[in-house]
Amino acid sequence: METKQQDIRFSRLLKLPMYLWSIAFVFVSLLYVLGLSFLTRGEMVGVTNEITFGNYLRLASPQYLNVLLKSLRLAALTTALCILIGYPFGYLMARLNPMARSIIMLLIIVPFWTNALIRIYGWRILLMGNGPVNSVLMQLGIIKEPLKLLYTDGAVLLGMVYALIPFMILPTFTTVDKLDFSVVEAARDLGASPLYAFFTITVPLTLAGLMAGCVLVFIPSMGLFFLNDLLGGSKSVLAGGLIQQLINSRDLPMAAALSVLLLTVTGAVIAVYRRVGGSDGMSMF
Amino acid sequence: MEPILRLKGLCKDFGEGPILQNIDLDVYPGEFLTLLGPSGCGKTTTLRIIAGLEQPTSGHVELEGVDVTNIPPEKRQVNTVFQNYALFPHMNVFQNIAYGLRVMKVSKQEQRERVQAALALVRLSGFEKRMPSQLSGGQKQRIAIARAVVLQPKILLLDEPLGALDLKLRQEMQKELKQLQRKLGITFIYITHDQEEALNMSSRIVIMRNGKIEQMGTPEEIYEHPRTLFCADFIGQSNLIHGVVTEQNGADLKLNVSGLELSACAASNWQPAKGDRAVLCLRPQRVRYGSQPQHGMNLKGVIENKEYTGGMQHTQIRLNDSVVLNAVSQTAEMDKYSVGTEVYVGWSAAHSPIVPDELEDM
Repeated sequence: METKQQDIRFSRLLKLPMYLWSIAFVFVSLLYVLGLSFLTRGEMVGVTNEITFGNYLRLASPQYLNVLLKSLRLAALTTALCILIGYPFGYLMARLNPMARSIIMLLIIVPFWTNALIRIYGWRILLMGNGPVNSVLMQLGIIKEPLKLLYTDGAVLLGMVYALIPFMILPTFTTVDKLDFSVVEAARDLGASPLYAFFTITVPLTLAGLMAGCVLVFIPSMGLFFLNDLLGGSKSVLAGGLIQQLINSRDLPMAAALSVLLLTVTGAVIAVYRRVGGSDGMSMF
Repeated sequence: MEPILRLKGLCKDFGEGPILQNIDLDVYPGEFLTLLGPSGCGKTTTLRIIAGLEQPTSGHVELEGVDVTNIPPEKRQVNTVFQNYALFPHMNVFQNIAYGLRVMKVSKQEQRERVQAALALVRLSGFEKRMPSQLSGGQKQRIAIARAVVLQPKILLLDEPLGALDLKLRQEMQKELKQLQRKLGITFIYITHDQEEALNMSSRIVIMRNGKIEQMGTPEEIYEHPRTLFCADFIGQSNLIHGVVTEQNGADLKLNVSGLELSACAASNWQPAKGDRAVLCLRPQRVRYGSQPQHGMNLKGVIENKEYTGGMQHTQIRLNDSVVLNAVSQTAEMDKYSVGTEVYVGWSAAHSPIVPDELEDM
């Protein structure tokens, strides 16, 4: 009993740095942002101590709501595409032999060794008017004029899916890998076609990974502002980019208010996730 | 009678040496057939091929005369009770059992009736709402059986269904499974590596070894007339006495065992010749001893050791420097001799077959 209590005390001690770190760099900063969102913008620089709800009222204006809706739409679209590509990818990967699986895992991870910004510049070159994609299509005679690929909504979506799909593949892979396939065989044995067994057995039993993947894709896709800048030419403003613009124009309270709103949305997503799929061992938050 | 299932020249090779080599087997309606063998003998692969979960490299599977070799598992009227139960963890007991009925688009009302009947059959009525995680091992086992029999398969395949249960529960379930099989009249193909289980339950046993069928027959045939050293050794206890054939007259043989001359009968499938190396398989229960010659044998030995365990008298009798026989008796008649006494020893040659010696390691 004595040693067990000591063990518990010791493990608490070990967790202390984590708590201190979180309080200092996450909790305090968030509190600061929350406080800032209720202040008023200063005449020239900084903020004044005048407390107001005006920032939040301004968020309700069509101008801001539009940006928010566009961001949500893009995030949802990105998540949907990541599910459609990433889930089958993770599933098939888990069914490969260990050798092939390690190679694919490496191929997924290696790009992360390069800065994300540089990789997106790579996409810019690929998609340019006289870039490789257009030249190949023209060489093959499929098109006569170069297509406008860069600075389109499609390019932004492509970049988003490209940047975030590993976060869908990896949790799906993990849950499928852990799945005991004898239950799928049992379903087949009981008369289920491969497709029926997939949707009634495999999908429900790997839902936790799929949900984790959705959260991991959806939340960052609300804030990846530089993708919109580089591939979309900032033609349409998204929430992440708007916060950056507000900071540049020194409207810190408004930027803070928008940040708080984004945090609330992502918090809601996580809450839903915990309700639906995150109650078992695969929960990630 | 037409076989319900016929395996013809079944071979399976996963690329690392053959798993199954030319398996031919007919299974008849209503049989309780057991595939028995050590792990790695190919019994599970055979079962998976029958279920359709595995494709044979060559050979055919016929179900009621129809070739189903290339038919997927969901289209075969054969159901499996998996070794680890393979219950669906995200469904409750009702949903588990009703799964196959739902696939077949059976009406809700009929689903309910058939699930209830299946639950009553495995004596777990009222468990509909439980989740598999809330069940004990034995209960999971029964649900797995209910889930398979609710579809009224032509053949029920059971892959070591009792392997994970403790001894007492296993013996109980053995009885229940036999009763269930009699009640349902479904053909059972049962897998086990437990020879006692196989002897207790089966109407016919198929002994497998290294991907081949070593011997098949009723439990009695298998026990009393093993045809190979492997079968004799694998099933029950035996005195395995290695020697050389010195005289042969039809099935009647004389076997020389380090100077001793023993008479015996060859196993039914074997035509031994003089000079062949052979093994006498002598069940301890078949060994008789006393003050008079036994079974017409003029053979003497000295009682070396006696042990009394659970109603049985275990005796070791030394015949010469290298041969010691184990004998088991339940009668007072043979208990009266004390250690060191010289006795006549004998056995019925007809019940103690001689099988060819296997020189490769066993």
